[in-house]
Amino acid sequence: MALSGIQIYKMLPQTNCKECGFPTCLAFAMKLAAKQVELSGCPYVSAESKAKLAESSAPPVRLITLKGIGIDVKAGNEVCLYRHEKTFYNKSGLFVRIKSSQTDIAAQVARADAYKVTYVGIDFTVDGFAVEADDPSKFAEAIKAVRAATKRPLILISSDPAVLSAGAAVLPGETPLLCGATSANWEAMAEVAKTAKAALAISGDSLDELADLTEKIKAKGVEDLVLAPGGKTMGGSLILATQIRRLALKNFRALGYPMLTMPGNAGSPERESLLAAQAITKYAGFVVLDKFSPELMYALLVLRENIYTDPQKPIQVTPGLFDINNPKPESPVLVTTNFSITYFSVANEVEGSGLPARLLVVDADGMSVLTAWAAGKFDAERIAKAVKAFGVEAKTNKKQIVIPGHVAVLSGELEEELPGWEIRVGPREAVDLPAFMKKAL
Amino acid sequence: MPVEIPKDKWTGKVRTVTLGATAAEGGTRTKSIVVGGDTTMPFMQFEAPTAHTPVIAIEIKSRKPDDWSSLLEETWGSVMSDPAAWAKAAEAAGADMIVLWLSLEDTADDAMRAVKSVLAATGLPLAVYGPGQVDKDNELLVAVSESANGEKLLLGICEDKNYRTIAATSMANGHLITARTAMDVNLAKQLNILISDMGLPLDRVIMDPTTGALGYGMEYGYSVMERLRLAALQGDAMTQLPMMVTPGFETWKTKESKVGVGVPEAWGDWKERAIHWETLTATALLESGASIVVLRHPESLKRVRTAITELMTA
Ligand code: B12
Ligand code: SF4
Repeated sequence: MALSGIQIYKMLPQTNCKECGFPTCLAFAMKLAAKQVELSGCPYVSAESKAKLAESSAPPVRLITLKGIGIDVKAGNEVCLYRHEKTFYNKSGLFVRIKSSQTDIAAQVARADAYKVTYVGIDFTVDGFAVEADDPSKFAEAIKAVRAATKRPLILISSDPAVLSAGAAVLPGETPLLCGATSANWEAMAEVAKTAKAALAISGDSLDELADLTEKIKAKGVEDLVLAPGGKTMGGSLILATQIRRLALKNFRALGYPMLTMPGNAGSPERESLLAAQAITKYAGFVVLDKFSPELMYALLVLRENIYTDPQKPIQVTPGLFDINNPKPESPVLVTTNFSITYFSVANEVEGSGLPARLLVVDADGMSVLTAWAAGKFDAERIAKAVKAFGVEAKTNKKQIVIPGHVAVLSGELEEELPGWEIRVGPREAVDLPAFMKKAL
Repeated sequence: MPVEIPKDKWTGKVRTVTLGATAAEGGTRTKSIVVGGDTTMPFMQFEAPTAHTPVIAIEIKSRKPDDWSSLLEETWGSVMSDPAAWAKAAEAAGADMIVLWLSLEDTADDAMRAVKSVLAATGLPLAVYGPGQVDKDNELLVAVSESANGEKLLLGICEDKNYRTIAATSMANGHLITARTAMDVNLAKQLNILISDMGLPLDRVIMDPTTGALGYGMEYGYSVMERLRLAALQGDAMTQLPMMVTPGFETWKTKESKVGVGVPEAWGDWKERAIHWETLTATALLESGASIVVLRHPESLKRVRTAITELMTA
């Protein structure tokens, strides 16, 4: 945890020599505590204090970066237990497991690697692959096959250090995650990870065991560690994950690492989906799935986006007048708000219908139609202002706008704000827009 | 290395609320349900056992809905035009509780008849919700409340504009109410204060902080629920009510669940996707503090039940 100014002051030379540009060591310490200056500003800090201060300013959950070929996946650097306290930063990486005994590796990986889904205008993909040495004799070959089909970072799974060592040797210049170390093999695993410059996942049956192992492995010089606490049921995993995050936030360094979960071990696809969702909401850095199905991947990616959205900043789009499907002057003008989810639900519908239209996106402080309406940010005045500001009149020959069905009550006031304009009330949900546009516009 | 596991020490506790009255308690339910009583964040059983298992309710309608997904019509079939048969089917599917929504077209007589038939068809505790228009809600719910006196129904939905009549009739006839506010800790507190000022004891109130579907604002509800539970545990009496949310209602109106054709291929299988949408929304909300989740699809019920069972057996 961060040190206070006074605590830092005690570690400074206390000579008030002013070389740092501050009148006293205490003043410098205060600035350091507030993270407004760098420790290097003082030339006289002892090596011992430097180490202590660096340790204290390290993030509570260590940042781990896995590297593929030009594609990185990060986990860690988290600072809170509940997203409303600040935000969650590094989204849980979603990995798909491949077994070395499989015969259809190329096709399987290619399919998952190509997977792309768009949500609120953002493209999401799978983050990487986990290759498991269920048949060690085919491990290197399997990794090569996976690597030929994807550039994404890899997780390599085996309990045998020699097997993992051979596997990692196939991936020069990358940072895979080796999975992993246990009480039984940790020394050899630490060596393998060190030689391969890989990150190392550690599993243990209890937090005591995990903490013990991270300290021992760190002493061997491997610092990029990941915790695999296991947990057999949803309840058990939830508790372990929460305890680890809590301890990390209390600056318990031995557990200050991102977590890896394997919902694929759950046995059934239904349980896998539940455990994966829990892992995303509750602190997992890496999630290894056995079942790649587009419908589950989409749901998990959206869940992850929701949970990792900064609660202080709703995702917004820029207000303006947007053309969809090459509109002509007689094409309809549809009014909506600049909340991303709202904008994209409407834009996607219209685009998908093939019908030409203009979308007038009103600045509603990034809120949904009803939220903005209830908050007074999407009223007749704002809509009329947008109609004028974005030059709607010059682009259409109809003097007509369509408002969302949920705010039908605005039509009267809008007629007053926009004399001479026809105000049409559209359907309540965007799904029904294409039919409405065909029939009624 | 022995790790000392930090335990949160809270002073507050969520109230326990009992839904449904058995014969011994002056009603006709074969069992009642107790929710709430939590003294920790959800399922932190290493601090204290979770007092009461969260509950799954199934939503049914007094008249066959015309805007429900065909996936729901396929699974429920003909019972959808008969609330009593629907309630029975929901019980058979494993529901702990039924939420009956009345329709705008219902008269007070229709509403009373529907409630009576559902009460006769199942022994499960019952919630009865009005169609959502203040005058109509008041008219129907008062009639229902009086005719089912003593059943400990859960009546709703009370919002700031219409809580008075519903709270009053509930008080007079031994029922409970659902207090709904729009995803805001302070609004929730305010409404609970207003209700408690009317004299309705808060152990007869369930709060619904409102949620959104996965992808459509769920994260706001998720965080508001976490904040409400934290406030309750910190001792804020006006937030110490069990929470009920409606992931079924929310998710089945999203395009992901409603529509099977003309959607991106990356969305995958329609039915599985719809079930994931409902199930993942519901489980996330259980883990952020819901005591009652209201669902629509029996397959989702099955999966959410698995989740609850596992969460309870830490
Ligand atoms: C998420 C949410 C919030 C979030 C805000 C998220 C955001 N950035 O907008 C938060 C928690 C901050 C919030 C706050 C409030 N909220 Co709010 N919120 C919701 C919630 C749960 C979901 C809204 C949502 O995102 N929907 C998804 C989007 C995509 O829907 P949409 O914008 O309406 O778009 C759809 C349609 O309108 C249509 N459409 C859109 N554009 C167009 C255009 C045309 C031409 C057509 C035809 C169709 C169309 O297509 C879209 C898809 O179908 C709803 C309840 C619910 N479950 O729906 C309440 C809700 C909207 N909120 C409500 C309220 C009252 C508020 C507050 C005023 C509460 C308060 N007093 O604090 C505040 C206002 C904010 C403020 N004061 O700053 C009420 C509104 C009640 C009413 N009928 O007036 C609701 C309905 C909840 C309720 N039942 O009480 N809210
Ligand atoms: S340079 Fe270092 S020793 Fe000198 S005043 Fe600044 S903090 Fe103190």
